[in-house]
Amino acid sequence: MAMAADEIEALITTGIPDARVEITDLAGDGDHYAARVVAESFRGMPRIKQHQAVYAALGGRMGGVLHALQLTTAIPE
Amino acid sequence: MTDDAQARIAEMVAKSDVLLFMKGSPLFPQCGFSSRAVAILNHLGAEFDSVDVLQDQGVRQGIKAFSDWPTIPQLYVKGEFIGGSDIMMEMYESGELAQLFEQQGVVSAG
Repeated sequence: MAMAADEIEALITTGIPDARVEITDLAGDGDHYAARVVAESFRGMPRIKQHQAVYAALGGRMGGVLHALQLTTAIPE
Repeated sequence: MTDDAQARIAEMVAKSDVLLFMKGSPLFPQCGFSSRAVAILNHLGAEFDSVDVLQDQGVRQGIKAFSDWPTIPQLYVKGEFIGGSDIMMEMYESGELAQLFEQQGVVSAG
């Protein structure tokens, strides 16, 4: 049921090509991750839309095979 | 059935000023993310209603489409979708959530 960190990162960067993605495996179990996604294309988008863009990139895996992903989004400084 | 769930969700959202869709109840959350959402609302002194999606499969699936959001918990304030637990935490830490509650007049006195 779990997903590898680099698989998550690859899906996000495929969906959001300008994204810089940092994944942290929170529990070391390949099932509880934190992701920080920084993308210029987030500029001007409300936070909900930024998160929805990441969830869209994950293509329905969020809440399914990907059980726990703490998500933080930001615009590059 | 799906349309029925959508209609029921719309009704719930319209009825409560602050509504949390969660797993379990505020006293006994069944998931760490829901527990965190409840803790934030309690800490801000917000009065809120909650819906336990584990008790209602129609709502559990329907709310994901309703909000276009894949996970539970989900927070609504005055009918507007605010976000899940990560966004709640970010808004709590930045003070935006307290500000929103104040603006919307949903924080109880004291």
